[in-house]
Parts: sequence; structure tokens; C-alpha cells
Amino acid sequence: MAQKRQIRIGDQYLYARDAEKALREALRVAEAEEREHAAHQEPWIRRYVFSTDHKWIGIQYGVTALSFLLFGFCLMILMRLQLGWPGQAFSVMKVLGENRAPGGVLLPEAYNQLGAMHGTIMVFLAIVPLAVGAFGNYLVPLQIGAPDMAFPKLNMASYWCYLPGGLIMLSSFALKDGTAASGWTSYPPLSDIATRGQTFWLVGMIFLITSSLLGSVNFIVTIVQLRAKGMNFMRLPFFVWAQFVTSFLLLLAFPPLEAAAVLQLMDRVAHTSFFLPSGLVVSGTPLTVAGGGNPLLWQHLFWFLAHPEVYVLILPAMGIVAEVIANNTRKPLWGYRSMVSATIFLGFMSFVVWAHHMFLTGMGTIISSFFQTTTMIISIPSVIILSALFLSLWGGSIRFTTPMMFALAFLPMFGIGGLTGLPLGLAATDIHLHDTYYVIGHFHYVVAPGTIFAMFAGIYYWFPKITGRKLNDFWGRVHFWGSFVCINGIFFPMFIQGLAGISRRLYDGGMQYAHAREVASQTNPFMSMSAIGLLIFQIPFIVNFFWNAFQAMRGKVTVGSNPWEATTLDWAATSSPPLRHGNFEVMPIVRRGPYEYNSPEATNADYLPQNAVVEQPAPVLAPPTAPVVA
Amino acid sequence: MDHAAGHVEIPYTVSPRPDTGLYNGKLGIWLFLASEVMLFGALFSSLILIRTGSPSWPHGWEELHVVPATINTFVLIMSSVTVVLAWANLRLGNFKLGRIFIGVTLLCGLVFMGIKAYEYSLSFAHGHYPSTSDFFAIYFTMTGLHGLHVLGGMIVFAYFLGPGSKMWHTDRARFTNRIEIVGLYWHFVDLVWIFLFPTLYLL
Repeated sequence: MAQKRQIRIGDQYLYARDAEKALREALRVAEAEEREHAAHQEPWIRRYVFSTDHKWIGIQYGVTALSFLLFGFCLMILMRLQLGWPGQAFSVMKVLGENRAPGGVLLPEAYNQLGAMHGTIMVFLAIVPLAVGAFGNYLVPLQIGAPDMAFPKLNMASYWCYLPGGLIMLSSFALKDGTAASGWTSYPPLSDIATRGQTFWLVGMIFLITSSLLGSVNFIVTIVQLRAKGMNFMRLPFFVWAQFVTSFLLLLAFPPLEAAAVLQLMDRVAHTSFFLPSGLVVSGTPLTVAGGGNPLLWQHLFWFLAHPEVYVLILPAMGIVAEVIANNTRKPLWGYRSMVSATIFLGFMSFVVWAHHMFLTGMGTIISSFFQTTTMIISIPSVIILSALFLSLWGGSIRFTTPMMFALAFLPMFGIGGLTGLPLGLAATDIHLHDTYYVIGHFHYVVAPGTIFAMFAGIYYWFPKITGRKLNDFWGRVHFWGSFVCINGIFFPMFIQGLAGISRRLYDGGMQYAHAREVASQTNPFMSMSAIGLLIFQIPFIVNFFWNAFQAMRGKVTVGSNPWEATTLDWAATSSPPLRHGNFEVMPIVRRGPYEYNSPEATNADYLPQNAVVEQPAPVLAPPTAPVVA
Repeated sequence: MDHAAGHVEIPYTVSPRPDTGLYNGKLGIWLFLASEVMLFGALFSSLILIRTGSPSWPHGWEELHVVPATINTFVLIMSSVTVVLAWANLRLGNFKLGRIFIGVTLLCGLVFMGIKAYEYSLSFAHGHYPSTSDFFAIYFTMTGLHGLHVLGGMIVFAYFLGPGSKMWHTDRARFTNRIEIVGLYWHFVDLVWIFLFPTLYLL
């Protein structure tokens, strides 16, 4: 038959050819289901502990990472108590034990431990696993229309490397001489001669690196190989692009840190001296090691990872913000193609900027000039992405939903974080600002009100997909406004402190220095109170999150599969898609780009999902003619 | 495990995706090898930095044992040939011969590790440990890490020789692909040694 006939299934109009396929697929799914029920019920441990389903692994990652996020935040609260009111006794400090906080007064070495663990936990155990492990795992296969990740077992292995890595690191709190205390950067020679906690840090790190390696291979293969029919690269949602580039960064930047961790482990365990120079004297006694090593080698290897790591932290956040903004402005992203190109360029450039963290090491002016130049260049793609997101707001009829509030706050917050980075990328200004609170303020603006706000936007936005319930909007707003005010109260004064020359990592926040005392005493108590306020404003979120999660587990589902009226494929799956049955009842066929909001083609709504079939006007049929009786 | 993941059929596990020309595992192993290049690349860079910053650096051939290492180089190159033969025979449907070549490859790995252990013991007997000097530190670290990679490959070969070979009877193409993938990894491990040998022993 030459004419294409349409058949209606549910609320979709399909061509006969597609409809047949869809029916076959539905039959296949039903049969598979039958088989599963007929076979013995899957053991609980396989389903919920060692699951190979990307959605469940995503949830595992999410819950674990959020727990680490809260834990790392609590460490920071203890530090802020000490910084705000140095030397005062706090009963809450006693949780650290008598050897770290005798009588509730934090000891300097314990302060260093808290600082090192706060940084490590937040970067490697909280944000990256949340951004990539949780959001990436749950959403990437859904958004590209895949049944699961390409390697489900590797995916499981990735989580089960991450959790032990985190637990190994945390277990060092139980050591008598405490955790690692050399900062999240673990610079030698101090870290080489530090207590046993540093060895735990290194071993934990090797586990975490393995985990992210397995994850990144999996993500790239999934995105390249498992895209649904019609999902070409320029139809990928921006979130998927962000995850794609992020995975390449993880894949190629982490191994040098693994090498560095192996070398430092050798230094500590086999007494080599990769990072120990000759003639090192510790506490008055010369070290009995071969010497001849180079502490700067660690810094190069570390920052070769840790600069791309910054983009690992920020790119998934930008991806989430892009999805939320497109959905809530009800119009396509402005400059999708330039955003994608900027992201790819950003990925490449992030490998050649690392030594801007090392201007103070005396690398020489030629190398410094090179890295200043590349650093200025890499700011361009970030500005392109941010500008495109800002311009996407132009002329939209914005819905101020809770996820949108967080996404909107991300833009200026990341802007402040990014712009304050420029003086740090130029050697002349960096020499003054290096290792001051200005640096802390800069990267916290990028990561805390930047990335973490984007993560919150993502949680509020996709919670209905995962559970079938929306989080409470009123408490969401309380959470947002409280967090927004408090978080600026913590980080903005850091710029003032840094410009006043207050160094980071000071046990008393600078009170013992004449040049710093006045500024420190005026700002630190305020910042600490803001931090406590921030903690209080997380309570509505935690309650909101768990209450709704439990209600959903009891089967009280309140919203449909696409409550935000979104276009991407994740919303084409049912809400809280069942585990182990693939993701889609009918494998989707992609027919257009990801952000067809207010498309003129859409007739009965203001959006057109990527897989929707546009209803053609019904063909005018000739009136049935009466059979001619001969 | 297989039946657990089996409910969800992942496309392109065995046959290549038409527009990329790759099956999932092959792309996966190439990406993994890219990250391995970065790992060993970082170690070679460290070697260069420490060596150029050092006032004196011993000649490898005076401190290490070139003859066993040369034999090892040939053993490893041999094993790269046998692993290709294993894959080629499996592709031709010749399971018996393919299996023999997997075994030979495993044996080559075993010989390599044996000779390496002998070399290590010679070094230890001379009182050379990782803590002796930066030269021995980098020597033991890099060859040790390479040895771990060889060991990893041997475990995989042992699995495909033993319990893993059952797959041949159920899914011939997939089993052949698996040998191809581990073969690619094995070539990489071989290649690392090809770089390590002159850098450490002959320069």
C-alpha cells in the first residue's frame, strides 16, 4: 500500500510500520516480564544491593553522595565554630574525642584534619559522585533512549569501588593519630612524612579513581553506542553533552593522579623519595632517605587532574541548569550549538591550564606566561555557556518553580565565582592573592552556590521522575531563600578577608596576625553564624526529601510521568521506571531536537517531546460509493 | 550473573553498531587503554623529571640484568603473536587450536613473571631496594605496576581457558570478541614493556 496509514495507540498516533514495531516491542517486554516471574524471584541482594540497573545504581550513588555531602558540611561547621570563636570550648566539639578536642576546644592538628577531610570528602566523595554517579547514571540512559548503561556490571563495580574508597577514607577518623591532615591537595613533603591517616587517604583515593575510571568508560560507550534511533549527536540534550565531556575529563585526567598516588604510597610505604628532596630536616633531625626527589612533581601531577576536575564539578551542573532553564522558560536554549562547541573546547583546554595553580613555585616567566594565556583562553567557553544560559531567559514566560529558583541563582553565583578567578589566573595578581581566603571564596562560589545549587535544582526537578511525587514547593522555597542568603553570608566576606591578606588554613582565622586581626574579628563570627544558618535551612530539605521518598515507597504517587511538561526522553519513560525491565515500554524513536518548546508544530500543547509523532491532518477520503450492482 | 543482567538486552554487545562500526566492548577497551596511556605517561614523565633534575644517574645496564630482561622482551612479543593466533583461530571456528594458543599466551605471561621475579631477587641480593636510590625507586615502581598489569591479563586468560570458555558453546561470536578485547589489552601491556625496557635498561 503506497499511502502511509496511521494507527492510534494510547494517545499516540503512529504510522502503521512504527505501530507494528511498537507492538512487537511491547510483546517482547511482556514476554520478558513473564519469564522473570516464571523464573525464581530475583534475590533481594541482587535487586537492591548489588544491582546492575542504572536507575538503582544512580539512586545508590545519590543517597551515598548526599550523606557524604552532609558529613563534609558538618566537618565544616566544626571548623567554622573554631574560626568564629577561636579557642572557645563547644560541647559539640567533644564528638571528636579527647585527643582531638580536649574539653571541647579544638586542637590545631585536629583543625588540619578537618580541613583536609572536608575538602577531600566534598570534592571526591560528594559532588563528583552526585553530579556524575547519581545524575549521570540515572538520566543519561533515559535521555538518550537506552535500555541501560552499556556495561551494567561495570556500573555496579563502579559503585562498589566508590563506597569502600569512601569508607576507607572515613575509617581513618578512628586512627589514634587521626586522618590525613595535609589539605585536599596533599602536598609533599608534608604529606610524605605525615601520620598513617595519609596512607588511608591514598588507598581510598586509588579506589575512588578506579571507580570513576569504570564509570567514565561506561558513560562514553553508552552515549556513543546506545543512542536511540534518530538521536544523533546534535539532538542530544545539553545535559548529555556535559556528561560526555565530563567523562572524557575523568577518563584522561584521573590516571596521572593515580600515578601520583602510587608514587606517594611508595614514598610512604617502601621509603622511596620521589617527592623528598635531598637534605630534608624534620624536627631537627635529617631524614634518612635517598633524597633527590622533587616535591613539585606531585603538584604537577595533582593539578593535571585537579584542574580538569574543576570542570568535572561544573559541567554536569551546567547541564542540569540548561535542562531546567529550557523547561521553565518554555523556549529552546539560546545557542545550543555554540554551547556544545564551547563545552568540547573547554574539555580540551582544561588539560593545558593546570600550572596556573603553581605561579608561586618559581616556574619561570615563560612557563607562567604560557599558562596565563591558556587560562585566559579557557574563560571564553565558560562565558559563552553562561551567556547562552542568560540569553535563554530573554523573552521567555518564566515559571518560577523551585528547581528554576535554584537554576536562576546558579547563574550569578557561578558568574561571581568565575569572574573572581580571573585575577587568580594572572601571575601578577595571583602572587598577592595566592593561598589567601580570596582563593577559598573563589572556588567555593563556583562549587557551593554554583554546583551544589545546580544539584538542588536537579533534585527538585527530577524527584518526580524518580519517585512519582513532587517535593513540597513551600518548603522548597524556604530551603532556597534561606540557603541563598546564608551561603553568600559565608563566602562573600572571604573576598574581603583575602584582599586583606589573610591566609587560608589558619587555625585561628588570622587572629594572631596584626594585619589580619581587625578584618578577621569583624567577619569570622558573622560567617560562622551564616554557616549555622545554612545548616538549619537544610533541615526543611532533608525532611521534605525523606518524607516524600517514604510516601512514594508506600505507593502514594501524585504526579504523572511528565509533570513539568518537558521534551526530553527521560520524561517519555513512566515515572519511577521499574527496575530491570529496560526503561521504556516502547523503544522511543527520536524525531527532533531536545528543546522544542513553543514549537509552531505543536498543536495541543506548548511543547513537543523528542519522540512525539506530529499529528498529520486526517487525509480526506473519498465518500464511500455504493457498490455498483451489475 | 549473566542471567541477572539478561532481562535487559543491551544492544551492540556482540555485533557492531552500523554508524560507529564498533561493538560496545571494543570501544570500551580502547577508552580504557587511553586512560592507561595517561597512567604510564604520567610515570614516564615523572621519570624524565626526576632524571633530568638529578646530578647523577646510573647506567641501567650496570645496575640491572639485561640478559634476562632481553629474554623477557622476546617472551612478551611472542605472547602478543600467540594471542592474535588464538583470536584468528576462534574467528575461523577452530576452538581447539584457539584454546591452545590462549594457553600458550598464559604460559608466556607466566614465564615473564618468573624471569621478572628472578631479576628482582638478583637486585635484592645486591642490596638494591626501592629505597636505595631514585633509579631503583622508579625501576621497581614502574616494572611493578607493569607486572601487575601482566598478572591482570593472566587472570583473564586463565578465566577464558577455564570457566569462561563455556561461552564458546552458547555464544561463539561473543567469546571471540572477548578474546579480541583481552588481546588488545595484552598488546598494550606488551607495548609498555617495549618502552620500559630501553628506558630503564639501555639508557
